[in-house]
Amino acid sequence: MRDVTYLRPRTLSEAVQLYRTTPGCRPLAGGTDLMVMLHARTLRPEPRGGAVLDLWSLAELKGVRRLGDILEVGAAEPYTGIIGSAEVQQHLPALAAAARTIGAAQIQNRGTLGGNLANASPAGDTLPVLLAYDVVVVTDRRSIPIDRFFTGYRKTALESDELITAVRFPIGRQVAFRKVGTRAAQAISKVVLAVSLTPARVAIGSVAEVPLRAHRAEAALEGGDVAGAIAAVADDIRPIDDVRSTAAYRRAVTQNVLRGLLDAFARG
Amino acid sequence: MHFTLNGRAVSFEGAGSRRLLDVLREDLRQTGTKEGCGEGECGACSVLIDGEVVNSCLVAAGQVEGCDVTTVEGLATNGGLSPLQRAFIERGAAQCGICTPGMLLAAHVLLQRTRRPNAAAVREALAGNLCRCTGYTKIIEAVLSCAT
Repeated sequence: MRDVTYLRPRTLSEAVQLYRTTPGCRPLAGGTDLMVMLHARTLRPEPRGGAVLDLWSLAELKGVRRLGDILEVGAAEPYTGIIGSAEVQQHLPALAAAARTIGAAQIQNRGTLGGNLANASPAGDTLPVLLAYDVVVVTDRRSIPIDRFFTGYRKTALESDELITAVRFPIGRQVAFRKVGTRAAQAISKVVLAVSLTPARVAIGSVAEVPLRAHRAEAALEGGDVAGAIAAVADDIRPIDDVRSTAAYRRAVTQNVLRGLLDAFARG
Repeated sequence: MHFTLNGRAVSFEGAGSRRLLDVLREDLRQTGTKEGCGEGECGACSVLIDGEVVNSCLVAAGQVEGCDVTTVEGLATNGGLSPLQRAFIERGAAQCGICTPGMLLAAHVLLQRTRRPNAAAVREALAGNLCRCTGYTKIIEAVLSCAT
Protein backbone atom coordinates (compact mmCIF):
# COMPACT_ATOMS: atom_id res chain seq x y z
CA MET A 1 0.00 0.00 0.00
CA ARG A 2 3.10 2.16 0.05
CA ASP A 3 2.63 2.72 -3.67
CA VAL A 4 -0.95 3.99 -3.30
CA THR A 5 -1.05 7.79 -3.35
CA TYR A 6 -3.11 9.32 -0.53
CA LEU A 7 -5.21 12.36 -1.44
CA ARG A 8 -7.01 14.39 1.21
CA PRO A 9 -9.25 17.06 -0.28
CA ARG A 10 -10.45 19.83 2.06
CA THR A 11 -13.82 20.37 0.39
CA LEU A 12 -16.32 18.38 -1.63
CA SER A 13 -15.67 20.46 -4.75
CA GLU A 14 -11.95 19.75 -4.43
CA ALA A 15 -12.77 16.04 -4.01
CA VAL A 16 -14.94 16.04 -7.14
CA GLN A 17 -12.18 17.76 -9.11
CA LEU A 18 -9.48 15.34 -7.87
CA TYR A 19 -11.65 12.31 -8.60
CA ARG A 20 -12.19 13.44 -12.19
CA THR A 21 -8.55 14.13 -12.85
CA THR A 22 -6.71 11.32 -11.02
CA PRO A 23 -6.39 8.02 -12.91
CA GLY A 24 -6.96 4.88 -10.84
CA CYS A 25 -8.43 6.83 -7.94
CA ARG A 26 -10.68 5.07 -5.38
CA PRO A 27 -12.87 6.96 -2.89
CA LEU A 28 -12.06 6.11 0.74
CA ALA A 29 -14.35 6.75 3.71
CA GLY A 30 -14.09 4.52 6.80
CA GLY A 31 -11.97 1.94 4.99
CA THR A 32 -13.89 -1.10 6.29
CA ASP A 33 -13.98 -2.63 2.80
CA LEU A 34 -11.40 -0.71 0.77
CA MET A 35 -8.47 -0.99 3.21
CA VAL A 36 -8.96 -4.78 3.37
CA MET A 37 -8.95 -5.07 -0.43
CA LEU A 38 -5.90 -2.83 -0.83
CA HIS A 39 -3.91 -4.69 1.83
CA ALA A 40 -4.81 -8.14 0.50
CA ARG A 41 -4.19 -6.85 -3.05
CA THR A 42 -7.53 -8.20 -4.20
CA LEU A 43 -7.85 -4.65 -5.53
CA ARG A 44 -4.85 -3.20 -7.36
CA PRO A 45 -5.60 0.30 -8.56
CA GLU A 46 -3.90 1.24 -11.82
CA PRO A 47 -1.71 2.86 -12.91
CA ARG A 48 1.19 2.22 -10.48
CA GLY A 49 -0.88 1.60 -7.40
CA GLY A 50 -3.32 4.40 -8.14
CA ALA A 51 -4.64 6.63 -5.39
CA VAL A 52 -7.16 6.80 -2.60
CA LEU A 53 -9.32 9.89 -2.24
CA ASP A 54 -10.04 10.38 1.46
CA LEU A 55 -13.62 11.60 1.92
CA TRP A 56 -13.81 10.75 5.63
CA SER A 57 -13.48 14.21 7.09
CA LEU A 58 -15.45 16.21 4.51
CA ALA A 59 -18.06 18.19 6.46
CA GLU A 60 -20.41 18.20 3.44
CA LEU A 61 -20.72 14.39 3.67
CA LYS A 62 -21.45 14.21 7.41
CA GLY A 63 -24.54 14.49 9.55
CA VAL A 64 -28.28 13.82 9.45
CA ARG A 65 -30.50 16.65 8.16
CA ARG A 66 -34.24 17.15 8.05
CA LEU A 67 -35.44 18.57 4.72
CA GLY A 68 -39.22 18.83 4.99
CA ASP A 69 -40.58 15.29 4.61
CA ILE A 70 -37.11 13.95 3.87
CA LEU A 71 -34.33 12.84 6.20
CA GLU A 72 -30.95 13.17 4.52
CA VAL A 73 -27.99 11.17 5.80
CA GLY A 74 -24.52 12.24 4.71
CA ALA A 75 -22.65 9.62 2.67
CA ALA A 76 -19.70 9.62 5.09
CA GLU A 77 -21.68 9.76 8.35
CA PRO A 78 -20.61 6.68 10.33
CA TYR A 79 -23.18 4.16 11.57
CA THR A 80 -22.52 5.26 15.16
CA GLY A 81 -23.78 8.73 14.24
CA ILE A 82 -26.81 7.25 12.48
CA ILE A 83 -27.66 5.05 15.48
CA GLY A 84 -27.28 8.01 17.83
CA SER A 85 -29.39 10.41 15.76
CA ALA A 86 -32.70 11.26 17.46
CA GLU A 87 -34.25 11.93 14.02
CA VAL A 88 -33.20 8.48 12.77
CA GLN A 89 -34.49 6.79 15.94
CA GLN A 90 -37.82 8.55 15.58
CA HIS A 91 -38.38 8.39 11.82
CA LEU A 92 -36.18 5.56 10.50
CA PRO A 93 -36.01 2.92 13.25
CA ALA A 94 -35.32 0.17 10.70
CA LEU A 95 -32.20 2.02 9.56
CA ALA A 96 -31.01 2.29 13.17
CA ALA A 97 -31.77 -1.42 13.67
CA ALA A 98 -29.77 -2.36 10.58
CA ALA A 99 -26.85 -0.15 11.59
CA ARG A 100 -26.72 -1.82 15.00
CA THR A 101 -26.26 -5.26 13.37
CA ILE A 102 -23.19 -4.16 11.42
CA GLY A 103 -19.92 -5.54 12.77
CA ALA A 104 -19.45 -4.13 16.27
CA ALA A 105 -18.36 -0.78 17.73
CA GLN A 106 -15.13 -0.66 15.70
CA ILE A 107 -16.95 -1.09 12.39
CA GLN A 108 -19.93 1.08 13.35
CA ASN A 109 -17.50 3.90 14.13
CA ARG A 110 -16.11 3.80 10.58
CA GLY A 111 -18.65 2.21 8.23
CA THR A 112 -20.88 4.53 6.18
CA LEU A 113 -23.95 4.38 3.93
CA GLY A 114 -21.91 5.78 1.05
CA GLY A 115 -19.42 2.97 1.45
CA ASN A 116 -22.09 0.29 1.76
CA LEU A 117 -23.68 1.59 -1.47
CA ALA A 118 -20.47 1.98 -3.46
CA ASN A 119 -19.13 -1.41 -2.40
CA ALA A 120 -22.49 -2.86 -3.49
CA SER A 121 -22.02 -6.22 -1.80
CA PRO A 122 -25.16 -8.37 -2.14
CA ALA A 123 -24.76 -8.91 1.63
CA GLY A 124 -24.57 -5.20 2.54
CA ASP A 125 -26.66 -4.95 5.69
CA THR A 126 -28.23 -1.56 5.08
CA LEU A 127 -29.03 -2.11 1.41
CA PRO A 128 -32.41 -3.90 1.82
CA VAL A 129 -33.43 -1.10 4.19
CA LEU A 130 -32.56 1.49 1.56
CA LEU A 131 -34.65 -0.45 -1.00
CA ALA A 132 -37.62 -0.76 1.38
CA TYR A 133 -37.58 3.00 2.02
CA ASP A 134 -37.20 3.81 -1.72
CA VAL A 135 -34.32 6.11 -0.90
CA VAL A 136 -32.70 8.43 -3.39
CA VAL A 137 -28.92 8.28 -3.74
CA VAL A 138 -27.60 11.80 -4.16
CA THR A 139 -24.32 12.24 -6.03
CA ASP A 140 -22.17 15.20 -7.03
CA ARG A 141 -24.31 15.56 -10.19
CA ARG A 142 -27.72 13.88 -9.89
CA SER A 143 -30.19 11.84 -7.86
CA ILE A 144 -30.43 8.08 -8.48
CA PRO A 145 -33.52 6.13 -7.32
CA ILE A 146 -32.30 3.14 -5.31
CA ASP A 147 -34.19 0.64 -7.46
CA ARG A 148 -31.96 1.64 -10.38
CA PHE A 149 -28.71 1.74 -8.41
CA PHE A 150 -27.57 -1.91 -8.32
CA THR A 151 -26.86 -3.09 -11.86
CA GLY A 152 -25.00 -6.38 -11.30
CA TYR A 153 -22.69 -8.20 -8.92
CA ARG A 154 -20.86 -5.37 -7.14
CA LYS A 155 -21.79 -3.06 -9.98
CA THR A 156 -23.65 0.23 -9.61
CA ALA A 157 -25.17 2.95 -11.78
CA LEU A 158 -22.39 5.35 -10.69
CA GLU A 159 -20.23 6.86 -13.42
CA SER A 160 -16.50 6.20 -13.05
CA ASP A 161 -15.94 9.74 -11.70
CA GLU A 162 -19.17 10.15 -9.69
CA LEU A 163 -19.20 10.54 -5.91
CA ILE A 164 -22.09 9.68 -3.58
CA THR A 165 -22.80 12.62 -1.29
CA ALA A 166 -25.97 11.68 0.63
CA VAL A 167 -28.94 9.34 0.94
CA ARG A 168 -32.49 10.75 1.18
CA PHE A 169 -35.17 8.84 3.10
CA PRO A 170 -38.89 9.61 3.04
CA ILE A 171 -40.32 10.14 6.51
CA GLY A 172 -43.44 8.26 7.60
CA ARG A 173 -42.96 4.77 6.19
CA GLN A 174 -43.13 1.75 8.52
CA VAL A 175 -40.26 -0.64 7.73
CA ALA A 176 -39.36 -3.84 9.57
CA PHE A 177 -35.84 -5.32 9.49
CA ARG A 178 -34.26 -8.66 10.30
CA LYS A 179 -30.79 -10.01 9.68
CA VAL A 180 -29.89 -13.68 10.02
CA GLY A 181 -26.20 -14.43 10.52
CA THR A 182 -24.04 -16.95 12.35
CA ARG A 183 -23.86 -14.75 15.47
CA ALA A 184 -25.16 -11.37 16.58
CA ALA A 185 -21.97 -9.36 16.00
CA GLN A 186 -19.23 -9.47 13.36
CA ALA A 187 -21.33 -11.68 11.08
CA ILE A 188 -21.89 -11.44 7.35
CA SER A 189 -25.57 -12.08 6.75
CA LYS A 190 -26.93 -15.36 5.37
CA VAL A 191 -30.21 -13.56 4.68
CA VAL A 192 -31.18 -9.95 5.44
CA LEU A 193 -34.70 -8.54 4.89
CA ALA A 194 -36.47 -5.20 5.09
CA VAL A 195 -40.23 -5.08 4.58
CA SER A 196 -42.85 -2.36 4.28
CA LEU A 197 -46.63 -2.88 3.90
CA THR A 198 -47.64 0.54 2.61
CA PRO A 199 -46.40 0.62 -0.04
CA ALA A 200 -45.61 -3.09 -0.35
CA ARG A 201 -41.84 -3.52 -0.33
CA VAL A 202 -39.96 -6.77 0.23
CA ALA A 203 -36.22 -6.16 -0.08
CA ILE A 204 -33.66 -8.91 0.52
CA GLY A 205 -29.89 -9.24 0.67
CA SER A 206 -27.56 -12.24 0.35
CA VAL A 207 -30.03 -14.11 -1.88
CA ALA A 208 -28.89 -12.99 -5.34
CA GLU A 209 -26.01 -11.23 -7.08
CA VAL A 210 -27.54 -7.91 -6.01
CA PRO A 211 -29.68 -6.74 -3.08
CA LEU A 212 -33.13 -7.13 -4.66
CA ARG A 213 -36.80 -6.25 -4.46
CA ALA A 214 -39.06 -9.35 -4.44
CA HIS A 215 -41.58 -8.11 -7.00
CA ARG A 216 -43.84 -11.19 -7.01
CA ALA A 217 -44.10 -11.12 -3.23
CA GLU A 218 -44.78 -7.37 -3.33
CA ALA A 219 -47.60 -7.86 -5.87
CA ALA A 220 -49.21 -10.45 -3.61
CA LEU A 221 -48.91 -8.11 -0.61
CA GLU A 222 -50.49 -5.26 -2.56
CA GLY A 223 -53.50 -7.56 -2.94
CA GLY A 224 -53.48 -8.37 0.76
CA ASP A 225 -52.38 -11.97 0.09
CA VAL A 226 -49.85 -12.70 2.86
CA ALA A 227 -49.67 -16.46 2.21
CA GLY A 228 -49.22 -15.76 -1.50
CA ALA A 229 -46.37 -13.36 -0.76
CA ILE A 230 -44.57 -15.94 1.37
CA ALA A 231 -44.96 -18.54 -1.39
CA ALA A 232 -43.95 -16.14 -4.15
CA VAL A 233 -40.80 -14.84 -2.48
CA ALA A 234 -39.11 -18.21 -3.07
CA ASP A 235 -39.35 -17.53 -6.81
CA ASP A 236 -38.17 -13.93 -6.51
CA ILE A 237 -34.78 -14.84 -5.06
CA ARG A 238 -31.76 -16.54 -6.66
CA PRO A 239 -29.70 -17.84 -3.72
CA ILE A 240 -26.54 -19.90 -4.11
CA ASP A 241 -24.59 -22.42 -2.04
CA ASP A 242 -21.47 -20.79 -0.63
CA VAL A 243 -19.19 -20.80 2.41
CA ARG A 244 -21.79 -19.09 4.60
CA SER A 245 -24.93 -21.04 3.76
CA THR A 246 -26.84 -23.08 1.18
CA ALA A 247 -29.42 -22.03 -1.37
CA ALA A 248 -32.04 -24.29 0.23
CA TYR A 249 -31.43 -22.83 3.69
CA ARG A 250 -31.54 -19.27 2.40
CA ARG A 251 -34.82 -19.94 0.60
CA ALA A 252 -36.42 -21.48 3.70
CA VAL A 253 -35.12 -18.74 6.01
CA THR A 254 -36.25 -15.99 3.63
CA GLN A 255 -39.79 -17.36 3.72
CA ASN A 256 -39.73 -17.84 7.50
CA VAL A 257 -38.34 -14.37 8.20
CA LEU A 258 -40.83 -12.77 5.81
CA ARG A 259 -43.65 -14.61 7.60
CA GLY A 260 -42.33 -13.42 10.96
CA LEU A 261 -42.08 -9.78 9.85
CA LEU A 262 -45.56 -9.84 8.27
CA ASP A 263 -47.03 -11.46 11.41
CA ALA A 264 -45.44 -8.71 13.48
CA PHE A 265 -47.06 -6.08 11.23
CA ALA A 266 -50.44 -7.84 11.62
CA ARG A 267 -50.10 -7.75 15.40
CA GLY A 268 -49.24 -4.05 15.15
CA MET B 1 2.09 13.87 8.83
CA HIS B 2 1.42 14.74 12.44
CA PHE B 3 -0.89 13.41 15.14
CA THR B 4 -0.97 12.97 18.89
CA LEU B 5 -0.12 9.50 20.19
CA ASN B 6 -0.84 8.85 23.86
CA GLY B 7 -0.59 12.56 24.60
CA ARG B 8 2.68 13.07 22.72
CA ALA B 9 3.06 14.83 19.35
CA VAL B 10 4.42 12.40 16.74
CA SER B 11 4.99 12.44 13.01
CA PHE B 12 5.75 9.96 10.26
CA GLU B 13 6.98 10.05 6.67
CA GLY B 14 5.63 8.19 3.69
CA ALA B 15 2.32 7.36 2.07
CA GLY B 16 -0.80 8.27 4.02
CA SER B 17 -2.48 5.23 2.46
CA ARG B 18 -0.46 2.90 4.71
CA ARG B 19 -2.35 1.25 7.54
CA LEU B 20 -2.29 3.09 10.86
CA LEU B 21 -1.46 -0.30 12.41
CA ASP B 22 1.81 -0.47 10.46
CA VAL B 23 2.78 3.13 11.17
CA LEU B 24 2.23 2.54 14.91
CA ARG B 25 4.23 -0.69 15.03
CA GLU B 26 6.97 -0.12 12.46
CA ASP B 27 7.59 3.63 12.29
CA LEU B 28 6.71 4.59 15.85
CA ARG B 29 7.79 1.28 17.47
CA GLN B 30 4.64 1.08 19.57
CA THR B 31 4.19 -2.69 19.38
CA GLY B 32 1.49 -3.01 22.03
CA THR B 33 -1.07 -2.88 19.21
CA LYS B 34 -1.31 -6.36 17.66
CA GLU B 35 -2.30 -7.54 14.20
CA GLY B 36 -4.79 -10.40 14.20
CA CYS B 37 -6.83 -10.95 11.06
CA GLY B 38 -5.90 -7.78 9.16
CA GLU B 39 -9.44 -7.48 7.80
CA GLY B 40 -11.51 -5.86 10.53
CA GLU B 41 -13.00 -9.04 11.96
CA CYS B 42 -11.07 -9.67 15.20
CA GLY B 43 -10.44 -6.34 16.95
CA ALA B 44 -6.88 -7.23 18.04
CA CYS B 45 -5.54 -4.02 16.47
CA SER B 46 -8.13 -1.79 18.19
CA VAL B 47 -6.97 1.73 19.06
CA LEU B 48 -8.86 4.89 19.98
CA ILE B 49 -9.11 7.82 17.57
CA ASP B 50 -10.44 10.89 19.38
CA GLY B 51 -11.86 8.52 21.99
CA GLU B 52 -13.68 6.18 19.57
CA VAL B 53 -12.57 2.57 19.22
CA VAL B 54 -11.54 1.55 15.67
CA ASN B 55 -9.58 -1.23 13.99
CA SER B 56 -6.20 0.29 13.09
CA CYS B 57 -5.82 -2.18 10.20
CA LEU B 58 -8.71 -0.41 8.44
CA VAL B 59 -7.52 3.17 8.97
CA ALA B 60 -5.29 4.88 6.44
CA ALA B 61 -2.58 6.59 8.45
CA GLY B 62 -3.26 9.90 6.71
CA GLN B 63 -6.74 9.86 8.21
CA VAL B 64 -5.40 10.51 11.73
CA GLU B 65 -3.68 13.78 10.76
CA GLY B 66 -4.42 16.13 13.66
CA CYS B 67 -6.22 13.44 15.71
CA ASP B 68 -5.63 12.06 19.21
CA VAL B 69 -4.69 8.39 18.99
CA THR B 70 -4.59 6.18 22.09
CA THR B 71 -2.99 2.74 22.11
CA VAL B 72 -2.65 0.28 24.98
CA GLU B 73 0.63 2.00 25.88
CA GLY B 74 -1.45 5.06 26.72
CA LEU B 75 -3.69 3.36 29.28
CA ALA B 76 -1.08 3.24 32.02
CA THR B 77 -1.41 6.04 34.55
CA ASN B 78 1.48 7.57 36.53
CA GLY B 79 3.82 4.95 35.14
CA GLY B 80 1.75 2.05 36.50
CA LEU B 81 -0.93 -0.21 35.10
CA SER B 82 -4.48 1.11 35.11
CA PRO B 83 -7.09 -0.51 37.39
CA LEU B 84 -8.56 -2.22 34.31
CA GLN B 85 -5.17 -3.65 33.32
CA ARG B 86 -4.57 -4.90 36.87
CA ALA B 87 -8.04 -6.51 36.90
CA PHE B 88 -7.20 -8.40 33.69
CA ILE B 89 -4.09 -9.83 35.38
CA GLU B 90 -5.73 -10.60 38.70
CA ARG B 91 -8.77 -12.29 37.18
CA GLY B 92 -6.98 -14.35 34.53
CA ALA B 93 -8.52 -12.37 31.67
CA ALA B 94 -5.34 -12.57 29.56
CA GLN B 95 -3.93 -15.84 28.30
CA CYS B 96 -2.00 -15.72 25.02
CA GLY B 97 -2.35 -11.92 25.09
CA ILE B 98 -2.92 -11.15 21.42
CA CYS B 99 -6.48 -9.89 21.97
CA THR B 100 -5.69 -8.17 25.26
CA PRO B 101 -4.63 -4.68 24.07
CA GLY B 102 -7.74 -4.36 21.91
CA MET B 103 -9.97 -5.76 24.66
CA LEU B 104 -8.55 -3.23 27.12
CA LEU B 105 -9.21 -0.29 24.80
CA ALA B 106 -12.78 -1.36 23.96
CA ALA B 107 -13.49 -1.92 27.66
CA HIS B 108 -11.85 1.40 28.56
CA VAL B 109 -14.31 3.26 26.27
CA LEU B 110 -17.25 1.46 27.87
CA LEU B 111 -16.11 2.27 31.42
CA GLN B 112 -15.56 5.91 30.53
CA ARG B 113 -19.14 6.21 29.23
CA THR B 114 -20.98 3.86 31.57
CA ARG B 115 -19.90 3.85 35.18
CA ARG B 116 -21.80 0.69 36.12
CA PRO B 117 -22.30 -1.44 33.00
CA ASN B 118 -24.04 -4.81 33.34
CA ALA B 119 -22.72 -8.01 31.76
CA ALA B 120 -24.84 -7.55 28.64
CA ALA B 121 -23.40 -4.09 28.09
CA VAL B 122 -19.87 -5.46 28.50
CA ARG B 123 -20.56 -8.23 25.99
CA GLU B 124 -21.91 -5.73 23.48
CA ALA B 125 -19.00 -3.34 23.97
CA LEU B 126 -16.52 -6.19 23.42
CA ALA B 127 -18.45 -7.87 20.58
CA GLY B 128 -15.88 -6.71 18.05
CA ASN B 129 -12.96 -8.23 19.96
CA LEU B 130 -12.45 -11.95 19.51
CA CYS B 131 -10.60 -14.11 22.06
CA ARG B 132 -9.78 -17.75 21.30
CA CYS B 133 -8.34 -18.57 24.75
CA THR B 134 -10.47 -17.41 27.63
CA GLY B 135 -14.04 -18.18 26.65
CA TYR B 136 -14.69 -14.50 27.53
CA THR B 137 -16.07 -15.14 31.03
CA LYS B 138 -12.96 -13.94 32.85
CA ILE B 139 -12.67 -10.92 30.57
CA ILE B 140 -16.23 -9.88 31.33
CA GLU B 141 -15.67 -10.44 35.06
CA ALA B 142 -12.53 -8.30 34.94
CA VAL B 143 -14.37 -5.41 33.26
CA LEU B 144 -17.32 -5.68 35.65
CA SER B 145 -14.94 -5.58 38.62
CA CYS B 146 -13.87 -2.08 37.50
CA ALA B 147 -17.40 -0.66 37.60
CA THR B 148 -17.38 2.22 40.02
